[in-house]
Amino acid sequence: MEKLIKPSVFVFALVPFAILLLRIYGNDLGPDPAQELSIETGEWTLRILLITLAITPLRQITNRVSFIRYRRMLGLFALFYASLHFLCWMIFLLGFRFFAIMEELVERPYITVGFSAYLILLVLGITTPKAMVRKLGKNWKRLHRLVYVAAILGTIHLLWILRSNIGEAVLYGTILVVLLGYRLVRYSQRRSQTLNNG
Amino acid sequence: MLIKKPSDIKPSEITSESVYRSRRRFIRDSGALALGMAVGAGSSSTLSAQDGDSLKARAPVNMKRTPPDSWWEDKFATIKPAPDSEPFFTGETLTPYRDVTRYNNFYEFGMDKGDPFANSGEFKSDPWSVEITGEVARPGTYHLEDILKPVDLEERIYRLRCVEAWSMVIPWIGFPLSDLIKQFEPNSKAKYVEFETLLDPETMPGIRSRFAIIDWPYREGLRMDEAMNPLTLMAVGLYGDYLPPQNGAPMRLIVPWKYGFKSIKSIVKINFRETLPNTTWNDLQSREYGFFANVNPNVHHPRWRQDMERRLPQTLFSRQYIETRIFNGYGEHVAHMYDGMDLARNY
Repeated sequence: MEKLIKPSVFVFALVPFAILLLRIYGNDLGPDPAQELSIETGEWTLRILLITLAITPLRQITNRVSFIRYRRMLGLFALFYASLHFLCWMIFLLGFRFFAIMEELVERPYITVGFSAYLILLVLGITTPKAMVRKLGKNWKRLHRLVYVAAILGTIHLLWILRSNIGEAVLYGTILVVLLGYRLVRYSQRRSQTLNNG
Repeated sequence: MLIKKPSDIKPSEITSESVYRSRRRFIRDSGALALGMAVGAGSSSTLSAQDGDSLKARAPVNMKRTPPDSWWEDKFATIKPAPDSEPFFTGETLTPYRDVTRYNNFYEFGMDKGDPFANSGEFKSDPWSVEITGEVARPGTYHLEDILKPVDLEERIYRLRCVEAWSMVIPWIGFPLSDLIKQFEPNSKAKYVEFETLLDPETMPGIRSRFAIIDWPYREGLRMDEAMNPLTLMAVGLYGDYLPPQNGAPMRLIVPWKYGFKSIKSIVKINFRETLPNTTWNDLQSREYGFFANVNPNVHHPRWRQDMERRLPQTLFSRQYIETRIFNGYGEHVAHMYDGMDLARNY
């Protein structure tokens, strides 16, 4: 049973991608496919990133260490969708105009913020292999705490591009606050415990 | 053989006149379509030049709307076709009817582009009245039928440029806004015209959303000279057919040299005033949306590049990026109104 979970998580994480491919193939992205693809890939990045961040609390609450095995994979999927999102923006929305891309990165705050989040995910992805973990030692954990920053930046990025209905950003933002709040509470509890014991 | 006596025929079995008419029309149009295809002229999804009909574009037969009321049918019986030259016409490829009516920003019906089409089923555009207030000799609440009585409908093919950097080409049916304004005899204090969209949470589910940060009702405004400009159109139809709810039924504004959000939909109130009116997007984000909102590739917007636009519909691998022109290409006819104004400041 346990053995089947990991491959199923893998397949599930690919479902949104498969659906997008089908929609591209079926010419079913509406009259503005570049926009539609950008929205979809962006939202899936944020969703999967939040699921990744939920793994540790889930493990601690349920006391099932096995959960940790999906965290790395899901994190890499977040990077996968973020890369699709970035490519989509560069190729389809900006038509690969180099000057325009550079200008956008610097001049539009929401893009600067989104791009920073992407760079973080990229660095975390590169330092994923076991060899890198060993090489970085203690710093690996510190470095990978940046995932929280990426999630916060990602949510700001979404909030910034919305025009009127902020419902979605509020939903993601709330989930993020809960996930971060959980860690903060736990951290302070453990701290006071250590202090008491000492 | 069983022959039913008239008394046996239930009223529900009798074909109503409107259905009968639409069937006749369907048969006629199908004939025209078949004929058109036979001579190789019907290859596009929209028809042109049906029997005795010289409109440049017609809605696909199977997507035609039923008239909101019978007087609409009479009104639409005579429409002056678009000319062959700018500015009331453009030879650019039309955005297909399907995309024009299924890709809309109309937040009263929801946030996504497909929402207005999907969520406007309850919307009623008849009966409809418009309240005229402010600096005019003849204020009051008028039935739409009475407002439309003195005007002549015409077809105009305009570019529509959205602030979100996409654009369409749409054959509207309407009349100059100036024809409407003259009816109410504005006085010398009328320096601005203010418009308001219907606010009906019952039939407009987007208004009920808690997360929409728009302060309803939607409001827009024009300076008097902009309102009286011959290019400014009040539209009541598109593709030769009645406006669907998602496109702003029954009557909406079209200001082709301004970003799309100026072209307010489903108008219920027109107010004439001396001072600059508040407008919805300007109130919400004045740094992003100015009062004038003239299409201008040189004025940067915090979110979208305005130097290029995606002409819809697009496919992923054959994209039609085009350069955005100042005043959306209508500068020759409107630029004089902004002489001496700093367009970068008055965006």
